[in-house]
Parts: sequence; structure tokens; C-alpha cells
Amino acid sequence: MATRVHMEALSPTMEEGQVVRWLKNEGDPVAREEILAEIETDKATMELVARGEGVLRKILVGDGGVAPVGDVIAVIAAPDEDIEGLIQTAAPADSPSSPDEPTAASSTEKSSSPDASASSAVPGRTKVSPVARRLARDLSVDLHGISGTGPGGRIVKRDIEREAARLPAVPANTEAPPDAPSPQAPPVPGEDFVDVPLSQMRKTVARRLTESLGPVPHFFLTVEADMRRAMEARARINNVLDGSGKVSVNDLVVRAAAAALIRHPDCNAWWQDGFIRRFNRVHMGVAVAVPGGLITPVVRDAQSKGLARIGAEVRELAVRAREKKLQPHEYTGSTFSISNLGMFGIDEFTAVINPPEAGILAVGTIRERPVAREGQLVLCPTMRLTLSCDHRVIDGAQGARFLATLKAFLEEPAAILI
Amino acid sequence: MTELTYREALNAAMVQEMDRDETVFLMGEEVAEYDGAYKVSRGMLERYGARRVVDAPISELGFAGLCVGAAMAGLRPICEFMTFNFSILALDQVINNAAKMLYMTNGQINVPIVFRGPGGAALQLSAQHSQACETYYVHAPGVKLVTPATPADAKGLLAAAIRDDDPVAVMEGELLYNVKGQVPDGEYVIPLGVAERKRSGEDVSIITHGKMVHVALQAADRLSREGVEADVLDLRSIRPLDVDAILATVARTNRAVYVEEGWPFVGVGAQIVSLIQEEAFDHLDSPVIRVAQADVPMPYAKNLEQLAKPSVTGIIEACKRALYLPSGAA
Amino acid sequence: MAPTKSKGKAKAAATKGPGLGTAPDGSTTHPGEAEAGVLPHPRRRSIRNDDGIGGFSRGRLHALLREMLLYRRFEEKAEEAYAIGKIGGFCHIHIGQEGLAAGAIKPLREDDLVITAYREHTQAIAKGIAPRAVMAELYGRTDGCSGGRGGSMHLFDTSVGFMGGHGIVGGQIPLGAGLAWAIKYRGGDQICVCFMGDAAVNQGAFLESLNMSAIWQLPVVYVVENNGYGMGTSFPRVSLTKMEDRSGAYGIPAHTVDGQDVLATFEFFARLADDVRNGAGPQFVNAVTYRFRGHSMSDPVSGTYRSKAEVERQTRERDPIVILRDRLMEAGLLDQEELEAMDSNVRAICDDATDFADASPLPAPSTLYDHVYAVTNDSGRLFFDGRDRRAAAPRSRPSESGPFGA
Repeated sequence: MATRVHMEALSPTMEEGQVVRWLKNEGDPVAREEILAEIETDKATMELVARGEGVLRKILVGDGGVAPVGDVIAVIAAPDEDIEGLIQTAAPADSPSSPDEPTAASSTEKSSSPDASASSAVPGRTKVSPVARRLARDLSVDLHGISGTGPGGRIVKRDIEREAARLPAVPANTEAPPDAPSPQAPPVPGEDFVDVPLSQMRKTVARRLTESLGPVPHFFLTVEADMRRAMEARARINNVLDGSGKVSVNDLVVRAAAAALIRHPDCNAWWQDGFIRRFNRVHMGVAVAVPGGLITPVVRDAQSKGLARIGAEVRELAVRAREKKLQPHEYTGSTFSISNLGMFGIDEFTAVINPPEAGILAVGTIRERPVAREGQLVLCPTMRLTLSCDHRVIDGAQGARFLATLKAFLEEPAAILI
Repeated sequence: MTELTYREALNAAMVQEMDRDETVFLMGEEVAEYDGAYKVSRGMLERYGARRVVDAPISELGFAGLCVGAAMAGLRPICEFMTFNFSILALDQVINNAAKMLYMTNGQINVPIVFRGPGGAALQLSAQHSQACETYYVHAPGVKLVTPATPADAKGLLAAAIRDDDPVAVMEGELLYNVKGQVPDGEYVIPLGVAERKRSGEDVSIITHGKMVHVALQAADRLSREGVEADVLDLRSIRPLDVDAILATVARTNRAVYVEEGWPFVGVGAQIVSLIQEEAFDHLDSPVIRVAQADVPMPYAKNLEQLAKPSVTGIIEACKRALYLPSGAA
Repeated sequence: MAPTKSKGKAKAAATKGPGLGTAPDGSTTHPGEAEAGVLPHPRRRSIRNDDGIGGFSRGRLHALLREMLLYRRFEEKAEEAYAIGKIGGFCHIHIGQEGLAAGAIKPLREDDLVITAYREHTQAIAKGIAPRAVMAELYGRTDGCSGGRGGSMHLFDTSVGFMGGHGIVGGQIPLGAGLAWAIKYRGGDQICVCFMGDAAVNQGAFLESLNMSAIWQLPVVYVVENNGYGMGTSFPRVSLTKMEDRSGAYGIPAHTVDGQDVLATFEFFARLADDVRNGAGPQFVNAVTYRFRGHSMSDPVSGTYRSKAEVERQTRERDPIVILRDRLMEAGLLDQEELEAMDSNVRAICDDATDFADASPLPAPSTLYDHVYAVTNDSGRLFFDGRDRRAAAPRSRPSESGPFGA
């Protein structure tokens, strides 16, 4: 029985994937669950495993080739099995280029309504577990674009959860990256330039930023916080910690922001189609620059984690993000995000909201600045925090109140304990 | 609370009920002078005398029927089978008489009897002495069945069985008699039909009863080391059956494994699977999987016996199948 | 009403269905009946005797005869109702064995217990269940003594100590031992009479029960209604030992009594009941009788296993009603008019019973689920046929008017 090897959705937001390299050659025997190839998604390099066994008879998309999710990229079959029919019917996305035009098949899958059963790319009945079917109905997820990861391609709960996380939420990273704030601008022609092909990640960043600045009505609020006590507190804490993991200023901001969000849940919310979802827990997205782009790993339940744990998690997630080792659940589902460019000496900036979240906090560097105190100018370490708000969700006063609380927490860190 | 063995807890339940109700008596093979084949009735002859603690001849059909007749006349017999294997001789009395009496008399005669004794596999006792008899007892409407897994449940469920106005089979675990546990002091009764979650988890439900609760918990601990958290539900009572608890755990985890000592064909698990697919269909992410005794009579040889019984690894593998995880022992 | 002899005969002949003792008009349907009707030839009349026979007063004798006549007419009505489809399933007719129903049960106290097998319509009436309630049960109606749930084989009424009505051969024997066990446990002075057919003594349940009854000296009388055949198998074909030798191995005294002689049977059981009540321990009675009908309504009266001639001879010579009738007439204790009055009286009772049964409603469909369990526990599901458990099984209230009271 021949098995089609599909380009699988290896991340929630992936619409197409690039074959980094095949680990099997045509003619190699293949066991079920064995790794066939490495695929670069928009987030990371993932492993594609065999869902059938036999011999890797035909590779349809070679190393470096790109194929939309759902396309057949290889065929596994018995050594003497006739697979010509399979190869013929497979949509040939053969060449390692032209990634920008989704095939007809994949666009049909993506746009079809949940009830449009005729356009399924899967031959015969689509197998779906009962709870997956129910979940898909509840979350308005179209079963047709999904490749099931259960036995025989059965769509199971985890597939829907992954798809659901992708569709309405897509908590990708969209803050102003240090290197490329103008995604739409073509490279300026000049005598010295190089054309850089868009990586999967670059393409996603571009698409997501556009989606955000287009439909989301942003406004921005800035405060300046006196960071004397925060710096003192950090020093004391790091004295207590045995050097194994120091707490950073950013960790303090994450902790303080999480505590403030619990008091102002109207800023800890998602804009959804037809409703606003306010969260009782804070899953904090923390933007991390990685080679070629950025990613926003999530500190789950940040409101209930201590500084040391937040610090350790952020560091650990950042390391793996740079190695492209994050699993999808580690960079999806954030309810609010923080982008910190303080380490680059940026005084203040505005960040672009990461839909469907309603707010993102842009954190600048701590600098000694003249501050008026009791009629005198004194120098004092301060930090500027800019909140980007989705005006559909957050009004000016709501955002201001959140920032006031956050400022108070940073200026008197003990208040977080109250 | 006092630490008691499972057998002591059973004894405590009988003493509790016989002190309380003069119509309760114990009859069975070796229950009196010998103190019980498994010493469950130790000391009871001395306490109650030969009128109420009665050694029966080896006549399972006969003394089971006699007890049913006594129950028809309003007494509350505890009919002990040395093991439930031997009660197969008595099934005519259980099914044709005890189970049906109330119905065919149009409610005139109820049969408040307890059939109790050890059931299920022991160690190297071979085909005729190692089998689970649950299905025989609960197939016919009219009989109730409980399967205590812990000393506390043994006391509370046996007491409830004695007080119930219907025939109740109490199937004890032959290998559980020495298990120790904290047992509430004083009067203690657990209502029939209430399952108990013995472990909490979100990933897969292991539903089971009787001795297999202990095996399931071992499997759950091993799964936990691999990051899989199992919800372990001990039914405790097979009929009445805590359907709400079953549906709740399935709704919670979307995956279920049933573990039982009996054979798979029309076993207790088959009923549970039927219920789940009928009433929790939309909660299922994978087919419900049963782990049962191999579909063979119990062999004697140690290695074959191990293969035939439901095992920790068998349960782990079943859970992984339910979770679509690759197999491989924990 | 004092019908003349000829009127009595005409009336009998005019009644619907087969009538015993209607030989002259040739309307009988059963072999042997032409010669052995229970209504005697009109010329036989005797001088009136008010003293009785032996210890039996005239009133007691009349009552016994009337009782047996009632059983006979009742069973005839049951046959008739079966033939026209009013009664279904298995139906085992007791005709020919009435002497035993009257002779073994009538001497008992009301609070003594009787348990028996499935040829039990007349035993139920003997113990005190109204013919109406028995017939309604045969009809499967709500006014039946088991509410229409038991049928012919499962008649029950605990209020008169009739403990069934059991369909598995020998299955009731341990129950009888258990009833006696309960009597002894409570220190009561009742006894339990446990009937069975001759075939049941080959069941293990019989052997086990006799043994237990003996070791615990239970107040129980096991009565074998030895009609010679277990369905179509004669007893000697399935037993090398004689019936009366069956109990000795367990240390239980055996007695043989002629079940067709109701007076002997009555006297015997009256004495035996006293003995057992006074602690004589379990007893075994081989009551010799004969079944004038087939094993059940679906079986032939005679055939491969017994000859027509045998059945006719037994019917002619060994009819318990005829035997008592003749004795009473010869002793001047009964005249034809009294007999006919008695007969029309019991016929009226039986007609009334069938009318009553016919008029009684079928059990309400909503009662299908009643009485499966005495207690529907607060938690958990008891029923698995898809019904809503809240709608199911109102709490049964087991009878508190039974032989042991509340």
C-alpha cells in the first residue's frame, strides 16, 4: 500500500515549507515513524516523519524545494508497486523556487468553508476523531486544510488545537526588529546591493506586520518610570541568588507587567471576530531576536511565577529559539507581549501589536536623566515604556491606568507583593 | 483511622453489620471453625456462635440456594464462596432465583443477600482457580456487584452490600487480602454506585475496578515519568455503575483505556466502551482500548501466566495508542 | 338451587368445554373420562350420615371434595382458555393429582410455607390464593397474583405463605431448605412444605438440600409428587434406587403415601406437620399419584412413553375425586343433589375466575421496569437499555404482610 508523503503543517502558522534536505534517498527502505527530511517552516526547522513503510520510491520536491502544506512531496511504496498514478496526480511543486504562488489545491483548501466537503485533497473520507470534529465545529476550523497526524491520517484533537491556534490567534512576533523596519520597501537600487531571497520566516514577518498595521487601529501611550528602587531591588535579589541565574531588568518588567495586567484585564485581551476575550491568566510573549528574524516565546502564567523562574524560562526559551528548536506550543497562545530594545540603547519606541493581542509594551533603555524633584533637577535612572493599544479593545484611559500601575510597581517593586 | 489489612477490613464490616442487625448471618465453607479459608471470618464463630456463623458442606449450589431461600424469608445472609470460581456451581440460584425473584413475584419478595469471596487471578492456580467472574453476575438484571480495591473500600462497600435490599455480589481480590491501608473507625458505609478517582491526570483515562486499580496506578506512575498524566478511575461498583464519573473523566481527557481481569469478550469493559461511545462520542479523540486477560484459560506456567494477565506494560502501551504516541516501554 | 339429577346432568353437559362426568352425551375429550366422571350415576343414593368417616366430620369431608372439585374445574377452564389462546407459554395441568394438593396443603397452618415447582395452579389455590387471582395470572393480567409477570409457572402470594411457583426443575428445593432455615433461625414453629416432581430428585440441588436439612435439622417436608414420569421419562429408567430409598443416605425418614386417597394423605400430613413442628426434623414423602394429562398443554396425554390403556385405567380407577365421592356416597355422607350443587358452585367460581381474568387489564406498559431492584441506589446507573434512570424503577416495596410480617 503506497503512502503519500505530504508537506505537513509543522507549525501552526505554516502555509508552505521548504525542504532543507532529505535524509533518505530514493530507493532507501523506510520504516514507519522514521525521519524522512528536515523541513524549514516559518518558525523552525522541523523533522518530517514517515507515516507509512516501504521504500522511498520517489522524491517529488528536492532539497531546497518549497511546497505548500498538503502537497505530495514524495511517495513511499513497496519496491515493485506501481506508483505512476500517484506521481501523476500529485501536484508537482517540483522546482526549488516560486514559493509565492500557492497552488490551486492549497488555496482551495485554505478558503473552503467547513461544510465544503467536495474539495478535500484527501482521497476518500476524511477521518476525524469525534472530539476533533466537535472542536473544529466549535472553533470554526475547516477540516479540509488539515493533515491529520493520527493513524491513517486521522485528524485528532491536537491537529485542531494546532490549527485553531493558527487561525484566529497567530501570536507571531511583530515588534520593530532592529534590522528591518520597512518590510514593504524594495531594496534601494544602488551600485552596492545584494538581493536577499525571502526566507519562510521573513515572509511571515512581512505578512503579519502588514496585517497588523493595516486593520488594527493603534495608539500609543508613554510613561517614564523612576528605576532607582527597581535597580536596588534587582541588585539585592541577585546577591541572594547564587549566581546560577541573574535577574535582568527585562525579567522585572515582565513580572511587573504581568501583575499589572491581572489588575487591568481589559489590557490582557484578544480581539476576536465578534467579541473580545479577556484573560484571567497572563501568558507573556517576550520578543527574541534570532538570526534572520524574531520570535516571541511565551512565559505561561507569568502572573504566578517568581522572578528567578521567569528569568530562567526566558533565557532557556531564547537559547532554543536561536537554535530554532522551539515547539509550537512554546511560541503560541500569548495574551500580551513585551518588546525590549533597551540593550540596543533605544530610549523609546513604538511596537507593532501582535494580533489578536490588544497590547504590546515597548521597553527602552535605562538612562540617567534629569528629573525635577522638590524644585530641583536631579539625575535619576529612568526607563520609558510605550504601550501600543488596539483601540477596538483598549481605550485611552484603560491603557493609561495600566501604565500607571506598571509604573508604580517598577518604582516600588515591593508593591507587587501586595 | 486505623491501619488494617484488606481481610481485617472485611471482617470489620461483617462484625459491624452483625452487631447491628440480628438477621445477618454468615454461611460458607470453612467460615466458622477454620476461621475462614482466607481467615476473613477469623474470630466470628467465637463472637456470634454457630447459629450465625455456619460451616456449610461443600455444596455451592445447595447453600447458595439455601441462603437465597432464607433471604426470601427476610433474613440477610452473607453467603461466602471460598472463591467465586466455585460459585459457578451456584449460578442457577444466583441468576434464576436471586436475580429474578423480585420481578417475577411482582415486588412481593426481595432477596437481601450478599454473595462474597475472592475472585480473579491468583498466583499459579491455573485455569479453574484463576478467573474473573464479574460478567456472570452482572449480565442479568437484578444483581448488584461491587469490587473493592482498598481496605477502606472493602469495609465500606461490604457494609453497604449487607444493608442493601437486593442481591449484591462482593468480589474481593484474592491477592489483596494482605494489602494494608487506613480504614475509618466506627460505622462506615460507602454508597453503592459511586466511583472514586484514585489519581488525577489530564491526558488519558484509565478506568478499572478491583485489583486492577493497583496495576493501573503503577502504570500511571510510569507514564508520568514520560510526561503523560493519567486519570485513574476506580469504578468500585459495577452495578450500579457510576456513569457520570465515567463520562466526566472521558470528557476531561478525551481518551480512555479500560482495564479488567476478565476476558475481553462481552466483558465489563465491553459495556463501558459501549457506554462511552454512546454517551461521550463527541469527546473521544481515539478509540477506547481495553486491556483484559488474554483470551485463553489461565495457564499454570509462570511465564505464560504473566503473559495472560493484564500488565503494567500492557496498560502503558494501550494508553500510548490512545494518545497516538509511539509505543515503547516506559 | 336444587337441581334434579337429570337437570344437573343437562346443565353439566351444556357448559362450555370438556366436562368430566358427562359421559352419556359423549362430549368428553379426554380418554378415560367417559368411564370416570366425578358425577356419579344418578341411581346411586345413600342414607344420610352425619357422623363422618374416621376422624373426618361430614363438613370436613364435603369441604375436601368440594376443594378437589374446584381444582378439577379450574384446570379444565385453564385448558379451555389455553386452547383459545387466552393463556400462553407453558401451562402444566394438575388434573389427576388434586388429592395431593388438598391432602398435603389443607392440613397446614396459614403461616406455614409452601414452595413448589411449576405444576402448581391447584396448590396455589389450596394454600389460599383466590381462583380469580390465579386465573388472572395465567391470563397475564394485572390482577394476577404475580401481577402478570410470573405466569403459570410463577404464582406467588406471600400473604398466604405461598412462596412460588418455580420453573427450573429442582431449583426450588434449596429455597425450601432456606425458608425452613429462616424459620428455625427465628425460633418459629412454622414448617415449610417443599413440593417437587419425581424427576427433580436426580438434581444435585435435591441431594445437597437434603443433606443440609439433615445436618441442621430443618423444619421442612420434601414431598415428591411421584406421578411416575419426568415429562416422558419413567422414573425407573433414570433411577436404580426406589424413590423411598432416596432420603435414607442423608438420614432423613422416608414415607410413602397414596396421593389419590385424599383422606389418607390429609391424615398423614396433619400428623407429619405436627411432628415436624415439634422438632422431628426434615421428612421425605413419596406421594404416589398420576398425571391424567400430558406433561404440559403442548404434549399429548399418552404416546411414545405411556400407553393410552394405561392412562385410561389410571383415570378410571385412580381418580382422587371419584374415590372420595364413592366413599362418601357409600357411607351415606353425600347425595347426588349435594354433589351437583357442589359442582355447580365450583363451576360458577371458575366461570367467575375466567370472567374476572378476561376483564382484568393487561399490566400497564409503564410497569415494565418495576421491581427489578428493591432499591434504586441514589448513585450510579442500574439499567443499561437506554432508559432514563430517573424514569425507571420506583422503589419496590417488598411485601410486609408475608408470613414473617414486618
